[in-house]
Amino acid sequence: MPRTPQMIEKGLTLVDAINEALSQEMERDARVICLGEDVGLNGGVFRVTEGLQRRFGPDRCIDTPLSESGIMGTSIGLAMAGMRPIPEIQFEGFLGPAHDQLVNHAARFRNRTRGAITIPLTVRVPWGGGIHAPEFHSDSPEAIYTHSPGMKVVCPSTPSDAKGLLLAAIRDPDPVIFFEPKRVYRSFRERVPEEDYTIPIGKAKLLTEGTDLTVVTWGASVFQCLETLDSLPDDQSVELIDLRTINPFDADAVAASVEKTGRCVVVQEAPKTCSMASELSATIQERCFLHLLAPVQRVCGFDTIMPYAKLELEYLPDPKRIAEAIGHTLAY
Amino acid sequence: MMLIREFEVRCAQAYQQAKIGGFCHLYIGQEAAAVGTLNAVNPDDPVVLAYRDHGHALARGMDPGACMAEMYGKATGCAKGKGGSMHMFDRPHWLFGGHGIVGAQTPLGAGLAFAARYEWEVLGRSLENPGVPAGSPPRRKVCLCYLGDGALNQGALHEAMNLAGLYSLPVIYIVENNGYSMGTSIDRGTTMAHDLMAKANAYGIEGRAIDGFDILALYDEFKPLVDLCRQKQVPAFVDLKTYRYQGHSMSDPQKYRTKDEVEAWKAKDSIDRFAHHLMSERTGSDGRPVLSEQRFSEIQDDVRTRVRAAVEFAEASPVPDLSELYADVMVNPHPGMSPSGTYVTGAPNPLLR
Ligand SMILES: Cc1ncc(C[n+]2csc(CCOP(=O)(O)OP(=O)(O)O)c2C)c(N)n1
Ligand SMILES: [Mg+2]
Repeated sequence: MPRTPQMIEKGLTLVDAINEALSQEMERDARVICLGEDVGLNGGVFRVTEGLQRRFGPDRCIDTPLSESGIMGTSIGLAMAGMRPIPEIQFEGFLGPAHDQLVNHAARFRNRTRGAITIPLTVRVPWGGGIHAPEFHSDSPEAIYTHSPGMKVVCPSTPSDAKGLLLAAIRDPDPVIFFEPKRVYRSFRERVPEEDYTIPIGKAKLLTEGTDLTVVTWGASVFQCLETLDSLPDDQSVELIDLRTINPFDADAVAASVEKTGRCVVVQEAPKTCSMASELSATIQERCFLHLLAPVQRVCGFDTIMPYAKLELEYLPDPKRIAEAIGHTLAY
Repeated sequence: MMLIREFEVRCAQAYQQAKIGGFCHLYIGQEAAAVGTLNAVNPDDPVVLAYRDHGHALARGMDPGACMAEMYGKATGCAKGKGGSMHMFDRPHWLFGGHGIVGAQTPLGAGLAFAARYEWEVLGRSLENPGVPAGSPPRRKVCLCYLGDGALNQGALHEAMNLAGLYSLPVIYIVENNGYSMGTSIDRGTTMAHDLMAKANAYGIEGRAIDGFDILALYDEFKPLVDLCRQKQVPAFVDLKTYRYQGHSMSDPQKYRTKDEVEAWKAKDSIDRFAHHLMSERTGSDGRPVLSEQRFSEIQDDVRTRVRAAVEFAEASPVPDLSELYADVMVNPHPGMSPSGTYVTGAPNPLLR
């Protein structure tokens, strides 16, 4: 794991930071409740909600039956009535049974009722590959939900971003899917401000400045990109953008950077076809056409079902593939 | 049962040595459930499983090597190492898989039963399948569909049971009721936990509660039910009371139950009980127990040898080739090419350069 300036020995992991945000918001706002399979007594499969039931009681950190459709639909009802529910779906693949409730209901209520009923719902979902698990436990479905208007899609990569974005998501009047990159749940610590703060949804973060090429990524791929940047020759000056929010995404930040560098590589774990990387490429050519010095490259997962353990690392974008794409784009 | 237990013990070891990745849900304790029920059906009756599925795969006749290799993610696994622990498939044995989405297999069971009834009543012949040539006469079948008690709470099961009841489909829903769905006990997760039959009855489905720790009684109660469903072509529901000794998966602190509870079940262990029965209670015509100490230890040795061979096979097997990444996504006339996007433009799998 490459080091970013914020990484320190002591501090919070991604899991700790999300737990702290949940805890602070439950303290501040009695309308906030957490619910999901084993989130209470067990503290969640990844222990993200550890201690919340002990602290806030079983009425506010609720163990549900194994019923994703029920969990999601009930959360939507709670939100309609003015609560701030935070359901947890144990792995991104289990969004399947909840899909109808999310896409056909949560996402559409504001529009369907012409603003009379809104759904302030935050769905927490461990997401992405890299933990040697099979399909349903390693997928990257962020584009599916971005393709369903009415829902915000947030994908933090670091503990401090996760805390600020989660607090913003809970306070947001619309449904937000909050994808947590499980690959880096515990892989490093960061200094995270103790106080309450929010990071605006829809704003990207510039991680490194550069002049020759822009890399756009999000989630755990941020760290694959940082590692790649560490190993690039000195004469390659690359700007790295962590998108942080997928919907709505920060097109201004991406366009400003690509107008400056003239080249762009997008890196994501999800399959390539019809993905967020496709959307970014299209937006870049619409907005930066006359500035482009090379076609936009996409380094992605492949158009196949996420394979189990032994092929997983071949599937996920790694520094070798990212560096190659950067090299090709610079040499174009 | 002994084969399954030994297999699972070796899986746990391999998992701890990080040779098996992802998740590993052991069947230790529940062995009698798979063995007692699968032995009551025909080899060509369709079977569909939840995700805690290694035990059933072995009981159904899957080669332990193919099963272990799948756990290892190796190319020789039953799903070519691309599915792992939760995806045990064996088409020639009519095993339609383990399923990683809890409850998702339950409507599939209804569909398999529907097809069986269609063959029998409408087509008047069997559908073409491995080992079943086109035009073979139909056979009256019954489908076994396994689920955990956690799956009782998924909408899919209720839709499936309603369909099965409505169309009278020959499927038996076998709830392997081990009392827990991960860390949630059945009383905390489902209504009418003391009388699950009420749920099935609501869909016009009959059935019974069966002790899943006593293999002989289990078989004796289950077999007539299978025969009835086959004969009358009707669905059934079984609340099979069982218990898992290990945690839900390999990383489970088990805060939700006491050591005493686990010990109390272990004291009734199905393998011990059956062995005891054969070695001291049941006697042959010569007045001696039907199973001698010596024969028992021979079986133990045999099982150890077979599982050791399975582990060696898995370890020696190759990892899947990179070309496998693009194989079997859709029918693909150009192996090695992406089945969608880049395939239409004729671009090769970038991994295969
Ligand atoms: C739709 C879905 N939700 C959640 C999970 C995660 N999960 C896997 S197994 C399990 C508990 C299942 O309990 P049960 O059905 O009783 O089976 P058992 O583990 O007891 O064999 C859960 C919550 C999943 N695989 N699929
Ligand atoms: Mg169970």
